Amino acid sequence: MPKLSNIKKVLVIGSGPIIIGQAAEFDYAGTQACRALKEEGLEVVLVNSNPATIMTDVHIADRVYVEPISIEFLENIIKRERPDSLLATLGGQVGLNMAMALEEKGILNEYKVRLLGTQISAIKRGEDRELFKETMEKIHQPIPESTIVETVMAACAFGRQIGYPLIVRPAYTLGGTGGGIADNEDELVDIVQKGLGYSPIGQCLIERSIAGWKEIEYEVIRDAADNCITVCSMENLDPVGVHTGDSIVVAPAQTLSDREVQLLRQASIDIVRELGVVGGCNVQLALDPYSENYYVIEVNPRVSRSSALASKATGYPIAKVTSKIAVGYNLDEIENAVTKKTKACFEPTLDYIVLKFPRWPFDKFVTADRTLGTQMKATGEVMAIERSMEASMLKAVRSLEIGLTHLEMPELKALSDEEIHDRIKLIDDERCFVIAEAMRRGITIDEIHSITKIDKWFLSKIQNIVKMERALETHELTASLLRKAKKMGFADSVIGARVGKSEFAIRDLRKSWGIIPTYKMVDTCAAEFEAATPYYYSCYETEDEVEVTDKKKVVVLGSGPIRIGQGVEFDYCSVHCVWALKELGYETIIINNNPETVSTDFDISDKLYFEPLTVEDVLNVIDKEKPEGVIVQFGGQTAINLAGPLSKAGVQVLGSSVDSIDRAEDRERFDELLTSCNIPRPQGHTVFDTEGALAAAHDVGYPTMVRPSYVLGGRAMEIVYNDEELKHYMSSAVKASHEHPVLVDHYLQGTEVEVDAICDGKEVLIPGIMQHVERAGVHSGDSIAVYPPRTLSEAVIKTIINYTNKMALGLEVKGMINIQYIVRDEHVYVIEVNPRSSRTVPFLSKVTSVPMVNVATKCAMGKSIREQGFKPGLRLFPDYYAVKAPVFSFNKMSNVDITLGPEMKSTGEVMACDYQFSRALYKACLASGINVPHEGSILITVADMDKPEAIEIAKGFEDLGYIVTATGGTAQYLQEQGVNVNVATKVSEGHPNILDDIKAGRISMVINTTNHGRDAERDGFKIRRSTVEHAIPCLTSMDTARELQRVMSAMRRRRVVSVVALQDLSLSWED
Amino acid sequence: MRKGKLVLKDGSVYEGTLYGKRNAVGEVVFTTGMSGYQETLTDPSFCGQIVVMTYPLVGNYGCSPLFNQGRKCFFQGYVIGDLCDCPSNWRNEQSLEAFLEQQDIPTLVGVDTRAITRKLRNYGVLQGVIVPAEMPQDEVEALLATPDVHDQVQQVTTKEVYSMGEGKLNVAVMDYGIKQNILNYLVSFGCHLTVFPADTSAEEVLRYNPDGIFLSNGPGDPKDLPEVIENVKKMIGRRPIFGICLGHQLMALANGADTYKMKFGHRGINQPVKDLRSGRIYISSQNHGYAVDEKSLEGKGITVTHISMNDGTIEGVEYANHPTFTVQYHPEACPGPGGHEYLFKHFIDMMEGR
Repeated sequence: MPKLSNIKKVLVIGSGPIIIGQAAEFDYAGTQACRALKEEGLEVVLVNSNPATIMTDVHIADRVYVEPISIEFLENIIKRERPDSLLATLGGQVGLNMAMALEEKGILNEYKVRLLGTQISAIKRGEDRELFKETMEKIHQPIPESTIVETVMAACAFGRQIGYPLIVRPAYTLGGTGGGIADNEDELVDIVQKGLGYSPIGQCLIERSIAGWKEIEYEVIRDAADNCITVCSMENLDPVGVHTGDSIVVAPAQTLSDREVQLLRQASIDIVRELGVVGGCNVQLALDPYSENYYVIEVNPRVSRSSALASKATGYPIAKVTSKIAVGYNLDEIENAVTKKTKACFEPTLDYIVLKFPRWPFDKFVTADRTLGTQMKATGEVMAIERSMEASMLKAVRSLEIGLTHLEMPELKALSDEEIHDRIKLIDDERCFVIAEAMRRGITIDEIHSITKIDKWFLSKIQNIVKMERALETHELTASLLRKAKKMGFADSVIGARVGKSEFAIRDLRKSWGIIPTYKMVDTCAAEFEAATPYYYSCYETEDEVEVTDKKKVVVLGSGPIRIGQGVEFDYCSVHCVWALKELGYETIIINNNPETVSTDFDISDKLYFEPLTVEDVLNVIDKEKPEGVIVQFGGQTAINLAGPLSKAGVQVLGSSVDSIDRAEDRERFDELLTSCNIPRPQGHTVFDTEGALAAAHDVGYPTMVRPSYVLGGRAMEIVYNDEELKHYMSSAVKASHEHPVLVDHYLQGTEVEVDAICDGKEVLIPGIMQHVERAGVHSGDSIAVYPPRTLSEAVIKTIINYTNKMALGLEVKGMINIQYIVRDEHVYVIEVNPRSSRTVPFLSKVTSVPMVNVATKCAMGKSIREQGFKPGLRLFPDYYAVKAPVFSFNKMSNVDITLGPEMKSTGEVMACDYQFSRALYKACLASGINVPHEGSILITVADMDKPEAIEIAKGFEDLGYIVTATGGTAQYLQEQGVNVNVATKVSEGHPNILDDIKAGRISMVINTTNHGRDAERDGFKIRRSTVEHAIPCLTSMDTARELQRVMSAMRRRRVVSVVALQDLSLSWED
Repeated sequence: MRKGKLVLKDGSVYEGTLYGKRNAVGEVVFTTGMSGYQETLTDPSFCGQIVVMTYPLVGNYGCSPLFNQGRKCFFQGYVIGDLCDCPSNWRNEQSLEAFLEQQDIPTLVGVDTRAITRKLRNYGVLQGVIVPAEMPQDEVEALLATPDVHDQVQQVTTKEVYSMGEGKLNVAVMDYGIKQNILNYLVSFGCHLTVFPADTSAEEVLRYNPDGIFLSNGPGDPKDLPEVIENVKKMIGRRPIFGICLGHQLMALANGADTYKMKFGHRGINQPVKDLRSGRIYISSQNHGYAVDEKSLEGKGITVTHISMNDGTIEGVEYANHPTFTVQYHPEACPGPGGHEYLFKHFIDMMEGR
């Protein structure tokens, strides 16, 4: 029982949807928290709008509210559930902000809810700029000197006072526009003069620049008795200047002497004590590379992304310990979950090097500014564990899934030495690869260091990799050289490429020489104590400490780093797959490399191998463990891509066969299946050049959906409307060839419907059918999905069931299948089939109460649907609606077009349920962050083909009392149709134009469908970007606009905030 | 590159690259600190031992005289995963490789140090040798049979009396192998130190009329030092006494308590210690292979003040009948975490009669 008396029911606030800067780490932390609280016999009430999380499973918390995380909804939930306590420090910044707001509004007081763990006063001391400054000054902890100036003169005075370099940041400009670093007064005058102009309020923040200093982080835990420990030190390879979330980070710190380590450790502890944090806290510090001077950069008085990393890097469960501390335990009363013998009041010590490498979305956002700075841009990260820096780095690169197996980028080969030299200066996602390339060209460590300020220790490790490449190229491949290369982390394929052999030839060779990986345990204590953690990493040492059992076992492949198109939902699936296999009595083995996730928590599977998801790394584990087979269908495209090669290497792929996967992915074979089942699909052709594309387009008719056949997930997919656009696409977007054909399909404008089904090989269970709000053409991941469908006729639903059955059985699916349909004029067409778990599985599992992954896993292992107590066919629709809405991170990415299209752009999703559709949709919009205006002016500027549809929408908003604003053609058209329009000036027509209107706050929402393509020069792009910068909603699909207008109309009539726990939903459905 | 090997008494062999000219023979122990290799190398308490570093990357920030804790390295041998050839730190004056060569420390590099650690954890500390790979088995056996050393303190203690620091409190420091930072701490608290060789008689020490006596850390088995224990007995009750590590053990023996050899000891900088009086947990630097036996304390007026949170061993005691307190761990850190200043403060208070 908890040490604190009177705690019985705890409210836990989650972090909401995945956005850049707030990813799966909070599912990991929140899940650990809920489990830790339940362990104490407490009733847990959870609020989180993100359905793709383990923590929102009905068995993780007693009451799960998938509702918008806002004060209004939280108050309702508190009123309803009457929790006596609140735990808010595990839900990221969102959780923290909510706790502060609940306190300020007096809600905690009113309902007598006690805040557990870190108190409001401590949070404020950590979060409020002025209070933080005061606190640091009080305990003599240095923070970079700063001031706010409104004149150049004041700036110069500050410069004279504290010296240079100084960093200038104009106030209220997005992404630091107009800022810069001044090394002397002349430069300062220049930058401040411009900066004051850029700033809408004529202010600049001036701060001592510590760019180039070492960036060090400490994870500190403090209990209420003031015991304080540090879990881990971390050192950023990228010096101060790059957001820590975008930095390559190693643990422990590598280039610090013990004096420096202790100096910063003690500072971190002193800070955490003075703030009064109770639980986990992250402290970021900057250390001068040439003295023992340091500055405190930032403190996060909560569990953070770094604490997830530190937990996985050390084996120390920070979130769990934080939760136990919150209910009153002290560190010496909490068990060390790893050793089970010692206590949580110790500091982990590592005997390996951990490296975190961020995963950026620039493969999806090709036009985005790739420069790294103070704004985080990565969507996810990978972690690697090895015994050397070189091997950790190479493992991390392999884990990233960016098409690379080594610290080498083929594109850079084409650059001249001079271009490479110039590229080193650029701080972007490719910097490490550029550095390695520069070393190959003979540029010295000293030179690279003087440009990048990256510590020479790190650079020399990169140089060691380059030296090894050369050794492989110039020396005979002896056993000793091969062992050295493997010890340094070189992949078989990389070694093979250097010595002119295939990957598998190297593999055979090294096995014949006895060069196989050894697996070591992550145990928090460098082997000082015997540990119980089944958490392993590979290295090429002499002793292997994994005890292989003779139990029947299955390997589950995880989904790697979080990226656009493959988010936390696949981790959800992997975890449920493991749980299902455990129920069947299997020993479960997970291979994954994402430190943020629940699947890489060491107590989920029987064994966790923290490894890259490549054929070599996976085969090594399989060689060792000899499982019955691997399950690939829950690890997203990552795992699916490994199915073929693994199967070829003799590994049993459990569930749907590799042939099934191939038949769904290979267009010709898929067409054969559809023909044999008599299922229609939009007409299309495979082409190899522009002429072929034009002919195909003329045959199927415009608009046409074009995409390369070899990439999935909507990459480089576009809808083209005429020959010109098609020619442009063929010449710029893809390189078509016989090896890489392009698919040209008729674009069928209709209602998009998505189905996730489970097949046992003989029968099919369809838990639910989802209908998208946006018409086909918007990527399914970016669409609002509604369950159950609202407008499908019974005949259409019957057809969908029929087709789903036919395809699942035709493909001989054993497990999950995901199918996307288009419905037009009562006809059903299939557009895509994936014989694997999809993004919507967690959502659908939650709202249909069919434990889909569990059932599918058991089907894959040979149990029939009926044996599991389920009736094949479509499950009955419930009496409520569930809406899944996408969430975007556009404000983190400059220069990216926010128009929705066939390419996925969202980073996360939210869900809302209600007995009324409009209320469910309203809640989903709120939860997804659409700042629905209650009044003001709505700018409508749409393409010609959308104008007829705009009439109803415009009139609807007009009726609700909004002012309809429009430009040029749209304005004229709407006026002709009787809409009262406020005519505005186009961007190209001079000032003040609509951009000025948006800037001045005269527009509350934008509906825009003007342009196709990525042409940044076009007006539409500017309008859309300015909506992002001014945080007003911008709808780029007429369907979203129409639904939103209807919802607002419904809400205007009767606005009731109602909350409902998932537990109650399932009850009403089962009744 | 020369090939070398570490051979343990139980017959296990670990091969690696050998640096250094001589053979090493000694007790093989492991330490888990991730930083502070130079402080560890120059800690006289490791005299005569072959030390295995569990953290694989050693030498990353080079060496600086500033980090030395003793006048030289008293290791028999050194076993590490990787010896950094590209040290990087503004204080770096000498690579670790050069330091080891200068100190004549046989070093085996490229070894699976975790495997050795697991062996020692399971079997306890073992005698071992570091020798060239080609050394025949009978020679290895002969080396392994080298009798244990018992004179480590004599090797490491100061040969001459010397003084240090300015202040109004005179402290007599018994040097059994003292670490530099203990001296620095005492000086920083306003003490004038007179440092005596280990075998200095109690009478001579008391003749200096110190305000307090400090018993230092040091290497080896405390029971190897019967004369020193006799001298400590004579100091009891004469002045406030503070002891660390070996000094803690010697004081216990002088009071009739007992010490014992631990299976593999405590060596690292992450060791949690609980002060039983305040309930507060401190993370400490530790380096001890012997401990005071709790059962032997009964009826001797000795109260346990600190215990290890990992295994409950005694980490500090105070004496009821005379103004003495001692700790087994290293409050002076170097390497390792600080935050133990209160112990030094307590010693000062005792000397000032508070």
